[in-house]
Amino acid sequence: MTDRADAMHPPARRLSVPRKLWDLLGLVPFLGFAFLFLVAPVFYLVVGAFQTPDGTFTFDNMLGLAAPNIANSFWLSIRLSFASAALGTVAGLLLAQALILGGMPAWLRQAITTFSGVASNFAGVPLAFAFIATLGRLGLVTLILRDVFGWNIYASGFSLFSFWGLTLTYLYFQLPLMLLVITPAVEGLRSEWREAAESMGASGWQYWRMIGAPVLAPSVMGCFLLLFANAFGTLATVIALTGSNFSVVPIVLFQQIRGNVLYNPNLGYALAVGMILVMLVSNLLYMLLRRRAERWQK
Amino acid sequence: MNRKFRPGAVIIVTLACLYFLVPLYATFQFSLQMRRGELSFDAYRSVLSSDVFLRAFTYSVVASIAAIIVGVLLIAPTAYWVRLRLPKLRPLVEFLSFLPLIIPAVVLVFGQIRLFGSSSILPLTTTEIGTNTLVVAGYVVISLPYMYRAIDNGMAAIDISTLTEAAESLGASRLRTIATVILPNLRSAIVSGAFLTFSISLGEFVIASLLNRPAFGPYLVQLGEDRAYEPAALAILSFALTWVLMGVMQAFALRKPNQRWLRRRTSAAGKSST
Repeated sequence: MTDRADAMHPPARRLSVPRKLWDLLGLVPFLGFAFLFLVAPVFYLVVGAFQTPDGTFTFDNMLGLAAPNIANSFWLSIRLSFASAALGTVAGLLLAQALILGGMPAWLRQAITTFSGVASNFAGVPLAFAFIATLGRLGLVTLILRDVFGWNIYASGFSLFSFWGLTLTYLYFQLPLMLLVITPAVEGLRSEWREAAESMGASGWQYWRMIGAPVLAPSVMGCFLLLFANAFGTLATVIALTGSNFSVVPIVLFQQIRGNVLYNPNLGYALAVGMILVMLVSNLLYMLLRRRAERWQK
Repeated sequence: MNRKFRPGAVIIVTLACLYFLVPLYATFQFSLQMRRGELSFDAYRSVLSSDVFLRAFTYSVVASIAAIIVGVLLIAPTAYWVRLRLPKLRPLVEFLSFLPLIIPAVVLVFGQIRLFGSSSILPLTTTEIGTNTLVVAGYVVISLPYMYRAIDNGMAAIDISTLTEAAESLGASRLRTIATVILPNLRSAIVSGAFLTFSISLGEFVIASLLNRPAFGPYLVQLGEDRAYEPAALAILSFALTWVLMGVMQAFALRKPNQRWLRRRTSAAGKSST
């Protein structure tokens, strides 16, 4: 665009430098805002993570993340995110496949897709309330299982406010998200491939093992990582369900901001940086895998 | 396509529908049980007539609308300018727009609290206006990826350089081009970005709570600790609100500029019957 504008006024070539500067001015509001409220705050934390309270450079804070209580909360976060992402990936993939390849009526597909658009954004506090009403001590499903089937799930060790309870709650936004992001890949499995495989005598299992699974694998892995990051950053649902007793990383950071529970502000910065690193790695891998997966979707 | 009827698929879809619908039904049923022994809407009445609820809800609605206005004013001209004049800087702008997906809100607000704390050059956290500014800025940031994607997709669908040339050859100034030609053509994209922003910020908990603002999210958490039936009623209300917003958004997204509502209805009906 700029080149063409320059070509229209060849004698005024020298003017093009101020003109470029003038063009750049148009980005000042956005860049200024992003710098002030996004880049600078994050930068402040990153710098603080590598400093002692009096400002000298150190690795101690980052090494402090290995302390048992912090390492435990990272481990808990990673396990919880892994479990809910794995369940979400498998369930979402099964559902996508059932909807797309299972001959379901179009209206049902449309309804579930629209619902998923809403449900994948239904994280947070209301979701916690919905699950308390469902699987809490007096929840509908808890009561039906107890009174109709004679199975008291709380007596046999289940609690909504525990690891698996949280996993089951997370699944409510993970499953719809998986359905939304994996649908293009499942739709991209051409029926010609299947017909070609069948005409050469392949069984259904052989088709999935040698064609379907390898083509879908990068997408599925990528979506798993997206779900992982999605769960890792979840905070409001956990607080609404468990107060702040369940010490996943976001909860520890939340308490640190509230009242310096780690007794070391710079360790708090390191915790924030550790969280960013986990999110960064899973998102970068997601993007790489997605690029690889798009080869088949043209 | 393979259109065979598969029992396995039916079982999977049924299980998924049960998983999706049972919690909603359970919540609704629970919300009706406030009066002992009979079903009533007492929980809804109790919530909706509470002053604290009204204040918190109003605060969040105002903050969300402010975030929408700031977000649109910031992103629409930027996306336009980048496409028209500075395509080389597009990766930078895209990177900044998608950065909030990697930075969790709790980390973001942590940095803001420290950066704008009482000892900084710009001590925003010490005044009420300052903290409200931070809340709105935080909402703009966390909805930035969605707003940017919506507006940029909208811009990809219209030929902005031709529209701009046409406007300029008719003597319109740059600002006038943006305000009277580009923005109206982006209306449905902006509306869908706006609704996404609204649904993200309305019940937002972390930012408002850490900045100590009396918003809807922190109110919900508090209510969950104090009461039994009202939280269920509010969960149903907020889910219903999200549905209404989605419906409005879809209606706007399908509608072309200057198209009449009635005409859209009939054409939609014609489409579904074929």
